[in-house]
Amino acid sequence: MDIDYILQLEDISKYFGSVIALNGVTLRLKRGEVHCLLGDNGAGKSTLIKTLAGVHLPDKGEYLVDGRPVRFQSPREALDLGIATVYQDLALVPLMSVARNFFMGREPRRKLLGSFHVMDHELAARTAIEKLAEMGIKVRDASQVVGTMSGGERQCLAIARAIHFGARVLILDEPTAALGVKQSVNVLKLINRARAKGISVIFITHNVNYAYPVGDTFTLLNRGKSLGTFAKRAVAKDEVLDMMAGGAEMKELMADLEGVSI
Amino acid sequence: MSAAGPPRGTNLAPRETAPRRKPHAWGEPTNDPHISNPAASAESPVVPPTDERVRDIGALRRFLSRPEFGSISGAVLVFIVFLLAAGDSGMFSAEGIVNWATVAAFLGIISVGAALLMIGGEFDLSIGSMIGFAGMMLAIPALYWGWPVWVACLFTFALCAALGAVNGYLVIRTGLPSFIVTLAFYFILRGLSLALSTMLTGKTILSNYEGVSLRDLVNGDYLSSTLFSGHVLTGVFNAMAGWGWIAARDGGEALAVGIPKVIVWWLLLTVIGGFVLARTRRGNWILAVGGDATAAKNTGVPVARVKISLFIVTALCAALFAVLQVADAGSAAADRGLQKEFEAIIAAVIGGCLLSGGYGSVVGASIGALIFGMVQIGIGYTSIDNNWYRVFLGAMLLAAVLFNTYIRKRVALGRR
Repeated sequence: MDIDYILQLEDISKYFGSVIALNGVTLRLKRGEVHCLLGDNGAGKSTLIKTLAGVHLPDKGEYLVDGRPVRFQSPREALDLGIATVYQDLALVPLMSVARNFFMGREPRRKLLGSFHVMDHELAARTAIEKLAEMGIKVRDASQVVGTMSGGERQCLAIARAIHFGARVLILDEPTAALGVKQSVNVLKLINRARAKGISVIFITHNVNYAYPVGDTFTLLNRGKSLGTFAKRAVAKDEVLDMMAGGAEMKELMADLEGVSI
Repeated sequence: MSAAGPPRGTNLAPRETAPRRKPHAWGEPTNDPHISNPAASAESPVVPPTDERVRDIGALRRFLSRPEFGSISGAVLVFIVFLLAAGDSGMFSAEGIVNWATVAAFLGIISVGAALLMIGGEFDLSIGSMIGFAGMMLAIPALYWGWPVWVACLFTFALCAALGAVNGYLVIRTGLPSFIVTLAFYFILRGLSLALSTMLTGKTILSNYEGVSLRDLVNGDYLSSTLFSGHVLTGVFNAMAGWGWIAARDGGEALAVGIPKVIVWWLLLTVIGGFVLARTRRGNWILAVGGDATAAKNTGVPVARVKISLFIVTALCAALFAVLQVADAGSAAADRGLQKEFEAIIAAVIGGCLLSGGYGSVVGASIGALIFGMVQIGIGYTSIDNNWYRVFLGAMLLAAVLFNTYIRKRVALGRR
């Protein structure tokens, strides 16, 4: 293989009983690229992410990380290889502070009086503020509870956390789905920043308008199958949109909406 | 839809004149109000000199947002009321204070467990029944089977820890609300206490058997007498009596014998519980599993282990309550601990713990227990009918819950 892929799914299939969730999907992530995974609802995006994240084992096909085949038994194993998934729910606790959330499950510790292990709140606060600042979010007080933050800021916190804990591959599950336009743009900037840091990103969305500006490569899923992978220069936005919705179908759908054009 | 991102390619331009909808209608619950102002976005080019996204909360507001605030102000209020109503009645003499502090201490011990468990997102309604059960499980082996008291104590603690683990395991495995699982044990344990003691001894109140009294057994056992019965600082109290600071008996010894060990246990558990919650990794885990168990799990917090251990801690607190009570009363009874589960939960709620979990304070719960002790005993020093105690409790609980909800909305989540 000539190209340096950090992560590959080769001809992956996943079945849930009689339902074919994924049918021979191939997805190859180059090191340091932003790879957009596009698909309408029910296209199999979630199953694909969960397979990447180590939640599901594929029934057929091969999953390779750094060119080596892997079979993840748990999300933990994927994390250990630097594959971090930021799910839509973000895994943040609104009633806890920024610092506590940032280090949830991986609390830094120091020794108190040489014997007790206590959580190092100063280090946690400093690191959280620093890492969020790198993402363009200014938090003056790390004891501020996450509930007071906007949706975009929370998204940034979750992404900053994943990067801080050694993500080489960042899988973002519809990060813009619950955000306003401005906040969504901030998340797109964040994706650019992550790429600049050398992190490979899989950006799942059903919004071409967001995927197109940041993506290097696009893979389209439809009804459990891949419609192919396209480099940005090889495909126009409208074509992507058409393929996502199944081409002709989209035109028919739109014809019903008088006075609305794509 | 305006916040959903550009609706896929549809041309909205002609409709922009439509009245501006409330921005972020559904990202809203947590949004800072300024966000409606487009210029206030994080990366806006017009950046004010200070960070406009963080409101200056201020010291008072910060104190108001502490979970302990409600219980501290409640305790101060109750203290003042009784100072006015019963200030000259002996309630605030040394023996009076020891009297109500002891009641508070017993409740405080189980409140610490209940508060930690509640912050961890669960309840235990079986605490009260477990107190009765644990007392019996200490008294029967000690009196009837001839076990050394310290062995019987260990047996009691081990048994309660196991019961706590069963509670926790069932809650985790079944995914049922802890309310219903522990309600089952509320009945099972109360029934077992009565049935087992009747079956094994023919009685439901045990204080002596064949001329041997339980009190003598406890006091004759080094471990249990050192840890659980009697008082500390007796010398200091006697000295204070000698100087005329506090009331003395005819022989010159202090009327208040000293600080009962139950108070020492209460303070110790409060400090340890508060420290663990605020300062340790385990504390962060407790807040996380209570705040959002799924989020906690996804970030690598061992949710099941944390919750089960909290159930065990709560059960151990109940066992400690029972052992101290047996040592104090010199007897065990199958109906001990009645309604204590509710009192402990009320103390935790007064202490600022949210019923939904994820937020609260161990110190607050202990202060909640102090309020209980003051009111329960203090009412006897006034001319008020004792029956008003329960009325007060209910009213206090209601006030605390309303207050907590209000504070959480207003301060903790930044809503106005």
